[in-house]
Amino acid sequence: MPLFWCAGCGNGVILGALLRVFAKLDLDPRRMVAVTGIGCFGKADDYIKTNAVHATHGRALAVATGVKLANPDLTVVALMGDGDCATIGGNHLIHAARRNVGVLAVVANNLNYGMTGGQFSATTPEGGISSTSPYGNPEAAFDLCALAEAAGAPFVARTTVYHVAQVQNLLEAALRRPVFSLVEVLSSCPVHFGRHNNRPRPKDMMDLWRDVALPVARFREMDPPQRAGKYPIGVLVDRERPDFCARYAEVRERARAGGAGTRPAPAER
Amino acid sequence: MLGNEALFEGAVAAGARFYAGYPITPSSEIAELAARRLPALGGTYVQMEDEMGSLAAVIGASLAGVMAFTATSGPGFSLMQEHIGLAAMAEVPCVIIDVQRSGPSTGLATRPAQADVMQARWGTHGDHAAVALAPASVEDCFFVAARAFELAELLRAPVIVLADEVIGHLRERATLPAAGELQPARRRWPACPPDEYRPYAPDPDGVPPLAAFGSDYIFRANSSMHDERGYPSSSPEVAARVIRRLCDKVAGAEPAIARWRAFGPDGRAIAGPPAGLDALLVSYGAAARAARAAAHEARTAGVSAAVLQLELIWPFPVEVVEQWGLQARRVLVPEMNLGQLVLEVERVIGKRRPVTGVHRSDGEALTPDDILPHLLGVRA
Repeated sequence: MPLFWCAGCGNGVILGALLRVFAKLDLDPRRMVAVTGIGCFGKADDYIKTNAVHATHGRALAVATGVKLANPDLTVVALMGDGDCATIGGNHLIHAARRNVGVLAVVANNLNYGMTGGQFSATTPEGGISSTSPYGNPEAAFDLCALAEAAGAPFVARTTVYHVAQVQNLLEAALRRPVFSLVEVLSSCPVHFGRHNNRPRPKDMMDLWRDVALPVARFREMDPPQRAGKYPIGVLVDRERPDFCARYAEVRERARAGGAGTRPAPAER
Repeated sequence: MLGNEALFEGAVAAGARFYAGYPITPSSEIAELAARRLPALGGTYVQMEDEMGSLAAVIGASLAGVMAFTATSGPGFSLMQEHIGLAAMAEVPCVIIDVQRSGPSTGLATRPAQADVMQARWGTHGDHAAVALAPASVEDCFFVAARAFELAELLRAPVIVLADEVIGHLRERATLPAAGELQPARRRWPACPPDEYRPYAPDPDGVPPLAAFGSDYIFRANSSMHDERGYPSSSPEVAARVIRRLCDKVAGAEPAIARWRAFGPDGRAIAGPPAGLDALLVSYGAAARAARAAAHEARTAGVSAAVLQLELIWPFPVEVVEQWGLQARRVLVPEMNLGQLVLEVERVIGKRRPVTGVHRSDGEALTPDDILPHLLGVRA
């Protein structure tokens, strides 16, 4: 398939890193499923040779949940943009993280809805110019990683397409865990977001990521006023939580032992 | 047993082992049974955050090789229209049970209606086919649910079970097959080697064989218009061919998959239309029960009426309705809505026989007394 993305689009960096991780981990494509949403990054499945589902807008994580629960041996990745995952798909992101289904959610966050012509999304910075915020975005943006953390995601990481090696390292670290992981990669959309916000060239967008992304340790040392406009990158959350399939295996054990079904023990209620 | 219980048992007997849903009156018993019974069978119950997520997860599970279903009612059925479209375009077998209730919108959560019939046909956008079955008794629920999975795998399509609150919450005796007696539904797998498999290359009947994720077959499912390999295509020739095939594969199967029961003027089951009928009642679901009682009572007044109780509602069984309708002087269509299936009956036979709808849309079950005056008036 001819590559759909614009010259200067950051999505290729993310997809390339993901494919290199697949190769490095020597994963069997027959046991892999890529579920994608709608939007520019949602077209990533056209360039992957594993099983794939090009799903509906915002629902990739819900489809991925069904795939993974039906066959926990599959490696399931969900490839979404910020519109797909954080805006229309926000509720499914929250519950996939809460449920802790073993899916890797890769979000290419280019701060707008690229494919439909550059409207603002839930991650467009306040004041940002877009085709539907010509006088400046009146809405605040989500911190996607904080959202996933609050919802219970055990592994949350962020980087940018400027930090190419880190993209690959974080994706690999996430894939090695059986839990729900979110890897947010801040990406470049010079044709829309960049053009509207004084960064029309691909290099301008790369400079932005170089300048606003800070290693998380340094970010946490800064006073809150200094953090404005900056994004902490690296592994932000890495904790232990049994994944949904492990917990559901316990449910099956109890169901088989308990016959018609028993009330859960008081501590679990 | 309860109608909702029979729906669940039929699904399990057909081989369903994955349920994703969101509770909603009057279907919640199905979710509760799934949560209770599926784990011990090695299956999965997952309670999704909403009905869009529910049918999305059902579709994911089906693609991963596990027969999957969900259950809902009006407001949830509206939310599921998005993914009925996904299942139609990506050709994913799945079953959606709609235990219809009075609407529109939140409406009367605990009261019956049959007003989602046209929504089952056209609720999702675009040109698409629809497959919908209506059970009229608790025993029906078991066999209709099982049949829904058979049709879903046969046609590689979403299948809707249009139950209603009367049937879903009815308790009556049902005779079920012994364990293992019912043939589980079976997927039509590709016969070619994995590297030759094209997930949207149809068999002669218009249905492409379907493998499952995790097998030796690697394939893609696509909500966008796509070619036979599942890659996006915007060619008018491809779009025309695919859209037409999605519709034709169901329409073409209708004669073979149509299911109905008929009851003569004496109330006994009959296989063919008797000659000289005063009236034919075409009905489905809870309304069919009232129709049968009304027909029986009308006989004492000298009016001979037969009841054609449709199980397959969509695709609409054109030949069956035509064949039976032409044997009667008048056709009546009792339904718990303001007139939905009657539009199809009128389309098929309205130019040759008078067609009258008998409607009720107030959250109450249609009764024989609602229908009887129309039957008695046939002879007038």
